[in-house]
Amino acid sequence: MAKTLDRYFDDLRQTRVWRSIFRSGTGSSTLHRALVIQQNVFLHLFSTKVRTRLLGFSATWYLGSLTFGTFLILVATGIPLMFYYHPSVPQAYADTKDLQFVVSSGLFLRNLHRWSAHGMVFLVFAHMFKVFYRGAYRTPREFNWVIGVVLLLMTLLLSYTGYLLPWDQLAFWAITVGSNIASAVPLIGNKIHFLLLGGNAVNANALLRFYVLHCMILPLTAMLFVAIHFWRIRKDGGLYAHSTEPATVRAKAAEPSASGKTGGTWGTQAAPGAQGMAKEAR
Amino acid sequence: MADSKDFIAGVDSNAKKSPRRIVFITRRTSAQVKAETEDQIQTFPEVLFRAVVAIEVLAVALVWISLMFNAPLEGLADPSHTPNPAKAPWYFLGLQEILHYFPPVVAGVLVPGLVVMALIVIPYFKVNIEAEGLFLKDRAQRLRIFYLVTALLCIFLIAFHVIVALVPTLIIAALMILASQGSPQSSSGFRRYLAARPLSYWVMTWFLFELVVLTAVGTFFRGPGWSWVWPWQGS
Ligand code: HEM
Repeated sequence: MAKTLDRYFDDLRQTRVWRSIFRSGTGSSTLHRALVIQQNVFLHLFSTKVRTRLLGFSATWYLGSLTFGTFLILVATGIPLMFYYHPSVPQAYADTKDLQFVVSSGLFLRNLHRWSAHGMVFLVFAHMFKVFYRGAYRTPREFNWVIGVVLLLMTLLLSYTGYLLPWDQLAFWAITVGSNIASAVPLIGNKIHFLLLGGNAVNANALLRFYVLHCMILPLTAMLFVAIHFWRIRKDGGLYAHSTEPATVRAKAAEPSASGKTGGTWGTQAAPGAQGMAKEAR
Repeated sequence: MADSKDFIAGVDSNAKKSPRRIVFITRRTSAQVKAETEDQIQTFPEVLFRAVVAIEVLAVALVWISLMFNAPLEGLADPSHTPNPAKAPWYFLGLQEILHYFPPVVAGVLVPGLVVMALIVIPYFKVNIEAEGLFLKDRAQRLRIFYLVTALLCIFLIAFHVIVALVPTLIIAALMILASQGSPQSSSGFRRYLAARPLSYWVMTWFLFELVVLTAVGTFFRGPGWSWVWPWQGS
């Protein structure tokens, strides 16, 4: 059964239409598999090969991929939510209520969007700390780390702007508390506050602004930065593995016998106590 | 030329995992050959497959959560009726907790601003790149600086009654003192581990600890007027 399915799929991949869409051609040779990545706009953000060691769960805990996963779920659930939602007062609240009680599966849709949003905030923090503790911000990855910080802020802003949209008491007061902080900025605080809300308090203008930011500006910007983030991983030489870094490779070559079997030490300067520190390398 | 074959050839092949590589090295101009070759695996299909499975597992978990628990929806927004306490989303409750102790310029602008700045500059500092055990060099002097900084921080926190943030600080400080007594030759693995921790590790771990504690306190232990309540007391 599985075999025949495979055959059908192979046949499909031979068709002119398929070949016209996917540039990589057919076959399962190594070359072809590399082409699948290289010849696709989206996949070419990734490198064609990954060090096997970094594929294991322990290397990254897949936290970056999972963060991306929540982002995909949020886009997929966010679009149908938009079909039922008007960003106006008090219609926004009525729409949210309808989603809860009238729209079929609306409750589920809203739940999934909400919990995935919380999940994304949690995962993005987890990913950041994991990257930090692996030391994966090292040269030449500095700037990808900075892009990561931008993505962290984007994630928080996305979640924060979305929080207002149901226009219930929870939303209203959370945004009121949060936006008041902007007023504390010296000199221009009140101006920023006004710019953010389109008024001196959270009102219909604020809802509209948050809606535009939440559904358009921020997701698009986040996508752009995620694309750069992924592309930089490839350009920076793939996922970080300490022992494959140029400095370490050089140090090892200079000192052939010392750390051969530990699979990498903490660095070129790990001379005293290399043994103890070797544990640190992941 | 005496020798008609003027080069040597080497083949490194594992067709399933990585493409076949053939090197030709001429005798006269030998190319530099990198010593390290790591096992690699192709992104398509193996890596993508794994990533997709990971995301699917996550999706199943989230769907399950969504079927079990409903997202909150309270009454219509009412500007004239302030709930007590009015809380920000959970990931900002750590911030709201500090806002309780410090003026808004400090807690709302300075602290988050500094945190973001600090995160951005991490990879641009050489100490963070080299990441040597904090107390392995200049031990005495570094200990003096450490005691000074910790003492000032603690006095500052006590002066503003931020007991909540003081506790994690003291725990991390205790671990750092333990680290300063260990060395790569210590017999206990834990000691060796601590001794090898660099400065960035301690700062980040302290930050993570504070983040978790402050967020948890803001979420579970704060009631009307931002007073301390126990989670089981209910409000
Ligand atoms: C929307 C948010 C983000 C997404 C979707 C994302 C996605 C990813 C993915 C899929 C990877 C591959 C390896 C892994 O899973 O760890 C990665 C690596 C990386 N991420 Fe992120 N990330 C995000 C946010 C961040 C943040 C907040 C930081 C740090 C401040 C960061 C810094 C990095 C760095 C430095 C790497 C390279 C690690 C290496 O070379 O081994 N990312 N990211």
